Amino acid sequence: MFLRGVWLVVRKDLTVEVRSREIAYTTLFFAVSCVLIFAFALVREGRAPDEAAPAVLWVAIAFAGTLALGRTFERERQAETLRALLLAPVDRPAIYAGKLLGMMALLLAAEFVLVPLVALLFQAPLLGHPFWLTGILATGTLGFAAVGTLFAAMLVRARTRDVLLPVLLYPITVPVIIAGVRGTALLLEPELDVALLRFWLALLVTFDVVFVTLALWTFEPLMTD
Amino acid sequence: MRADFDELGVEELSRHFGRRRAVSRITFNVAAGSIVGLLGPNGAGKSTMIGLLATLIRPTSGLIRYGRLVVDAGHAAGQHGAALRAAIGVLGHDLFLYPELSALENLTFFAGLHGVAHPHRAALEALEHAGLDARAHDPVGSFSRGMRQRVALERALIHRPRLVLLDEPFTGLDDASTGRLVSRLEGLREAGTAVLLATHDLDVADGLLDAAVFLKDGRLVDTVVQPSALRATYRQLMARPVS
Repeated sequence: MFLRGVWLVVRKDLTVEVRSREIAYTTLFFAVSCVLIFAFALVREGRAPDEAAPAVLWVAIAFAGTLALGRTFERERQAETLRALLLAPVDRPAIYAGKLLGMMALLLAAEFVLVPLVALLFQAPLLGHPFWLTGILATGTLGFAAVGTLFAAMLVRARTRDVLLPVLLYPITVPVIIAGVRGTALLLEPELDVALLRFWLALLVTFDVVFVTLALWTFEPLMTD
Repeated sequence: MRADFDELGVEELSRHFGRRRAVSRITFNVAAGSIVGLLGPNGAGKSTMIGLLATLIRPTSGLIRYGRLVVDAGHAAGQHGAALRAAIGVLGHDLFLYPELSALENLTFFAGLHGVAHPHRAALEALEHAGLDARAHDPVGSFSRGMRQRVALERALIHRPRLVLLDEPFTGLDDASTGRLVSRLEGLREAGTAVLLATHDLDVADGLLDAAVFLKDGRLVDTVVQPSALRATYRQLMARPVS
């Protein structure tokens, strides 16, 4: 029943998004704008500062992710459908997991556009090690979305949710952003330091395990008033 | 697995939000096959009571008996969780529907979440029941308030709940839609469902209710069985000071 609940919520979220394309377009537009602004500011005569590309990539992911997190729960708030989800006889953590996977799908789709764009504008060979890059992006995005989905759900009834979400989210996800930036930067080195790369990846996986577990454990009590 | 019960009992139930007493020491019963009204002015605690009974809000004190299952401040609904929620249907003023999805998609989704055996078939039957089978594939966002309300009612009933909680279901409905909703509620009563109806619409509720629970400022004013002349009774009881 847990997995069925997860699947139903993910499928519903993706169907709603395919119909409206609201979050995908706004997230992508915001992320691309962010990258372009950094490119105009930092790239001089076709040369970008060393290691600017990973920082720009992860800043764009974090900002666009925050926007997407806010919008996806705003959608559930407008017709009070979150209450309907909580009233369903599925394990409430399944609702969290479904929302998390829907958010992951959205952010990974945005990253599919962002990575080649950053690589092009910042002359960074980000796609030189696709296996490692996929690992870092997937684990980093999961960590960011795991914390963000929990906070966005908690704040859905708060009047100041738009302000509170980034205030709460960014300090806690600092390790994800640091590990993501450092791990991605290693991929741009001429010699790949696999040991160090494994360290950053292990940090991201640890963060994911801790926060996904914590979120699944706390979602039920947090969502019961 | 879902909870089965013939009676809902509320005993000395309170819910405080900080220093504010949203509901305070309320006691009443709702038997299977009856429609009980929850009546009172704005701020009387009707919606909080619906939230408590729907397991969305934890009681501060007192208890709720769903047959043998007891929910109180020490034993939150989460412990009975899914089994209890499978036996409850809720229709609020907000309709709990996704406007981007069609009526059929909405009902199929909620039927699936409630573990209905054949969600698609159940959704089609529900739409037929609501007289909306011709609009099954239209997005709910394009429906009138009355049509959305009919879909929302079917959403609340798609898993055949033992207890149906309705919060201001008549708001914004025209006479025809109100009449249809009243007929549906009478049908639920005949089918043995316990119905609790929070409403301001005393004219519609008059003659429909088997009992009326009057609330004011979060407190119980009185419970009247087989109420008649509801508006006069309401005025008389609301003028009475609450101890």
